[in-house]
Amino acid sequence: MKEVRPGERTNLSLRVNGVHHEIEVEARWLLSDVLRHVIGLTGTHVGCEHGVCGCCTVLVNGRPSRSCLLLAVQIEGAEIQTVEGLAEPGEELHPLQESFRRHHGLQCGYCTPGFLMTAYPFYRRAADMSDDEIRSAISGQLCRCTGYAGIVEAIRRAAEVEAERDPATEGPR
Amino acid sequence: MKPPPFTYHRPDTRAEVDALLSMYGSDAKILAGGQSLVPILNMRLASPAHIVDINHLIDEDDDPFESGDAVAFGPLVRLEAVERSELVAEKVPLLAAAIEYVAHPAIRNRGTVVGSVAHADPAAELPAVLAALGGAVQSRGSGGSRSIPASEFFAGPLENSMGEDEWAEGVQWPARRAGEGVGFEEFARRSGDYALCGVAAVVRRSSRTLTLAYLGMGDVPVALDVDGLDSDADIEDAVAGLASSLEAGGDIHATPRYRSWLAQQLGTKAARAAFSDSMGEDEL
Repeated sequence: MKEVRPGERTNLSLRVNGVHHEIEVEARWLLSDVLRHVIGLTGTHVGCEHGVCGCCTVLVNGRPSRSCLLLAVQIEGAEIQTVEGLAEPGEELHPLQESFRRHHGLQCGYCTPGFLMTAYPFYRRAADMSDDEIRSAISGQLCRCTGYAGIVEAIRRAAEVEAERDPATEGPR
Repeated sequence: MKPPPFTYHRPDTRAEVDALLSMYGSDAKILAGGQSLVPILNMRLASPAHIVDINHLIDEDDDPFESGDAVAFGPLVRLEAVERSELVAEKVPLLAAAIEYVAHPAIRNRGTVVGSVAHADPAAELPAVLAALGGAVQSRGSGGSRSIPASEFFAGPLENSMGEDEWAEGVQWPARRAGEGVGFEEFARRSGDYALCGVAAVVRRSSRTLTLAYLGMGDVPVALDVDGLDSDADIEDAVAGLASSLEAGGDIHATPRYRSWLAQQLGTKAARAAFSDSMGEDEL
């Protein structure tokens, strides 16, 4: 049985965007802070720190989760994906990111990493989803700039960008 | 907005959890999904000296299973598992209907069914559903295990009737019986917000009873029953009778009068849905 006392640091293994990290953390450190301050991936934004705004959403074992509501120690061994995993700096944007750019899915961009990671698991099905279904799927994310219409459109049409780039793709799945 | 310091424990077995709780009692809190506990820690509303992280217990189920006349959930089954469970859709349709109102997808990916019930939030959906169905919580501790019916489990706002050395290892949801119909309604300002008012309804054709359990109305979800329901036309009066016993609270979001009005409207809508649902279920 593992035990970590207040102020003590413990070894932790996490895989983030396919890269293995061996780090030292306090038990009370949130995953959002560990990603930003220990691993140095500041693409995951922190807004409310109590699970309401959705900015800090990352994928934990493939499922969107609030990184501000997880202790890093609690998910030892998990596979994490953050917005940095979508595209390399200076390289071509991920189709989902390109679609947000094209359809005005962002203005200030603060909430965007959370929206991207929330939409990532389902954007390939989004062309067949109703407005209500897409809005329900992103209902945990707050955006104060766009009014959401552009975000819904961007998610729905992200698979088109994918198909343009690779005509061999069968299109939205 | 960072959790205060605590001693972190990561037990491997349920028996080790028992031992930790018998040692630390009310100084310890169980961390399962953490979707209520971690915000409370972040906001420093609580500073437990010990956190018992049960996420790494060995050989725990990810999905609910059938257990006699009920569907049972172990301590690490996430809320998200309810959404994709055919067993729940078939056997506990009221739970399946309520789950989409519980917070947001990202919260449901981590939060657990057992944790949501044990947290005993009077504004949450699952405690009201458990009360309406007459389900039970399996609690355990170093003194052994016991089953606590929903009617005795909810003791007050965010308070359950388990001892300080006990924890919830499971929840049992009674399976739908022949001639039983269900309905669920709630009203919230925004998707995923705490409901201003919500209600779970069960109609049993054989005994002609209507059971309602409200959320957001009073300190604990209570199952309210009325007999002699013969037709759809009786529903509005039956709901008015049941809802009159509720204590509607007022706050910045809604006055007591508005909440009482919601209780009547939503209760009638849910009861009508349950009544028509019960007609579709053939009596065996």
